[in-house]
Amino acid sequence: MIWVNAIVQGVLLGGLYALFAAGLSLMFGVMRFVNLAHGDFIVVAAYLTLVVCDTTGVNPFVAILLIVPIMGAAGYALQRFLFNRVLGQDILPPVLVTFGLSIIIQNALLNYYGANGRKVTVGALDTASINFGPELAIGSLPVLTFVVAVSIIALIGFISYRTGIGRMLRATADDPETVGLMGANNAHTFAIATMIAAAVVAIAGGLFAMRTNFDPSAGPVRLLFAFEAVIIGGLGSLWGTLAGGIALGIAQTVGGQIDPRFQLLAGHLIFLVILAVRPQGLFSRRTS
Amino acid sequence: MSRPLLEVRRLDAFYGDFQALFGLDFQIDADETIAIIGANGAGKSTLLKSLAGLISSKGQTLVWNGAERGGWKAHEAVRSGVALVPEGRRLFASLSVEENLKAGAYGGRKGYWTLERIFEIFPDLVAKRNNPGSALSGGQQQMVAIGRALMANPDLLLCDEISLGLAPRIVKDIYLTLPRIREQGTALVIVEQDINQALAVSDRIYCIQEGRMSLTGTPAELTRQQIVEAYFGVREKAS
Repeated sequence: MIWVNAIVQGVLLGGLYALFAAGLSLMFGVMRFVNLAHGDFIVVAAYLTLVVCDTTGVNPFVAILLIVPIMGAAGYALQRFLFNRVLGQDILPPVLVTFGLSIIIQNALLNYYGANGRKVTVGALDTASINFGPELAIGSLPVLTFVVAVSIIALIGFISYRTGIGRMLRATADDPETVGLMGANNAHTFAIATMIAAAVVAIAGGLFAMRTNFDPSAGPVRLLFAFEAVIIGGLGSLWGTLAGGIALGIAQTVGGQIDPRFQLLAGHLIFLVILAVRPQGLFSRRTS
Repeated sequence: MSRPLLEVRRLDAFYGDFQALFGLDFQIDADETIAIIGANGAGKSTLLKSLAGLISSKGQTLVWNGAERGGWKAHEAVRSGVALVPEGRRLFASLSVEENLKAGAYGGRKGYWTLERIFEIFPDLVAKRNNPGSALSGGQQQMVAIGRALMANPDLLLCDEISLGLAPRIVKDIYLTLPRIREQGTALVIVEQDINQALAVSDRIYCIQEGRMSLTGTPAELTRQQIVEAYFGVREKAS
């Protein structure tokens, strides 16, 4: 039963990882932009949630609703006025710029908030769980996180496949030159992609802040988890990202059940195995 | 005298350091069909791309409807009413036929052309509307490319090599739709390898040779000999 428990916890944890990964995947998919500051954006969202809760006293879920538009607008502006300037044939400038941004964010957070671990409390929900016997207890917050993750991924799918701007995002991923002939301004389309990614990051960061302790240096590890979830699931596949997050989550919790020190390593090992055996990922639409 | 719909004067175009067009003059009126002919690499596609904003015409003279618009970007050109059917069709592979067509309307220009009207002139596409853009015959792909450009309800439609790689019967079908497009008041520029086809459909032709305009005139006033010379540049050899 403890193994069932480990797997269930892993699945639920995977929802959070999928949320971490969704924005990264979207930005890479639409404009081949690798955002190395993605993990730090998650941490920024975590701090924003904390600050809003502390200053206004609102429920953390309300705080998330407040920071989603803020992060979205910031994402739009960041893409339009900074990232678009380094986008081109060469993949190196975006990597360098976002790497620099990552360092700036970490140090700014350290300067303002110090290195102490912080957490957003959600009252009774912190410890609430549904019990199925002595060895299987499912936390309410992880379940909620998972439901949110699935909903958000479904929403991104809806936007991509059922709206005009989503159609244009997919067309841009196919052929960024020809979308200009459709009347789409790439600078704007790219910024919309980053806006959606940043809005998802706001939700991911808020849920992350409720789940565990975080500090200014927590970003790079979240980035790594996000990358691993994307690669395991398969680049460009939305539901693959969820599957990748779940695979990573299960590997970590089952690994942790074997030996607590084995938790993170197990996740990395699964990632390496997938890279070796099925480098295109579990659900990639690009097989060639 | 009415002003031309679009006019460029002494247009130069570059790919990096490589100059592809040298001081080209070109103009089209709102009720014209113009064919551009020339050998491979002469600069026909480059001219269309410059007009459509895919190649920058920054700092140059490009007059659209009487307004100076040199250096406009592709999305600005489409929204102003210039649509391009690009060489090689360039359909979006992960979008269905219908989505490809709808993408063409993204600029928001309203007019005669709607999804239903595109399916009316290209009935072959109806059954394929949910297929991916890539899972079509060459002719059907070309129909989607033309339909997608029409969805922008352009005042000027630029068609780059729409008969390339297609069977003669399909080419004939596609050319039969051009009068229907003209009827809606859309001016046409057609880049065509086949000189006979070009002469048959156009009111006026331009011939480009090595990035320079070598000949222009109506099909009636130009002789076969003149066109061949302008096309291949045999005059220089003869002298």
